Amino acid sequence: MKRLIVIGAAAVLPLIAAGCGEKATVTVYIQGQYQGKPDNQPWDSEQFKGDKVAWEKAIKARNLGQNEYVRAAPAAN
Amino acid sequence: MARMKFLADAERCIECNGCVTACKNENEVPWGVNRRRVVTLNDGLPGEKSISVACMHCSDAPCMAVCPVDCFYKTSEGVVLHDKDICIGCGYCFYACPFGAPQFPQDGAFGLRGKMDKCTFCAGGPEPDFSAAEFKKYGRNRLAEGKLPACAEQCATKALLGGDADVIADIYRDRVLKRGKGSEVWGWGTAYGRPEKKPAAQPGAKS
Repeated sequence: MKRLIVIGAAAVLPLIAAGCGEKATVTVYIQGQYQGKPDNQPWDSEQFKGDKVAWEKAIKARNLGQNEYVRAAPAAN
Repeated sequence: MARMKFLADAERCIECNGCVTACKNENEVPWGVNRRRVVTLNDGLPGEKSISVACMHCSDAPCMAVCPVDCFYKTSEGVVLHDKDICIGCGYCFYACPFGAPQFPQDGAFGLRGKMDKCTFCAGGPEPDFSAAEFKKYGRNRLAEGKLPACAEQCATKALLGGDADVIADIYRDRVLKRGKGSEVWGWGTAYGRPEKKPAAQPGAKS
């Protein structure tokens, strides 16, 4: 009987532990699809024509443009 | 690889609703659907705080976890998108989302619920980039144009930052360091780092 309980517990434990599992948040882009849904990469647009570096450069410039401490000259007090 | 996020600065937001308007205009969002909203706490009282809220493009998005038809996907830039052709409009994502981001167009006398609509980080959807179908279903694809979301880029006070999480976090950190701290932890001085000069005491004035 005790043996049966041990076997049963051993079988159930992995199922319980599976509830604590974390889904991978890393995105994989395979054959033009994200998790089975088709979509283009942003740099594959007509504008950038697959030039990822140019796209990243454009986005970085836009990102940094949001920092007004860098964009605007300090006012003289 | 960039991980796109929004960052809202409650000290700077002046509740102008420019981000809401920009979003609606840019994506031609129908009536009754607000992909972005401005929430104000203690409205009308000194020290009121406003914050612009939309889909936060969660790293482990609960909407993706609960969707029964698995219509969501995450792009390599960390943007959470969905396929409206798969969505059944059940509303589970609305209950799961802590920000109330999923919106459902309602039409007719009995409030017929349509397919879910939400902020796309101006990244369009599964349809071909810049196509009429993509614009109709998801709005403009600014990311494919090398631009950031319209809401963040037009924000006059730069209360709403959007873009690569590392870069906007650095901008915010820099801003907070310049602000400093003091007894007056809200208002113009806190937001812009230039404490207001107190007017010189008038002779005979009551203190």
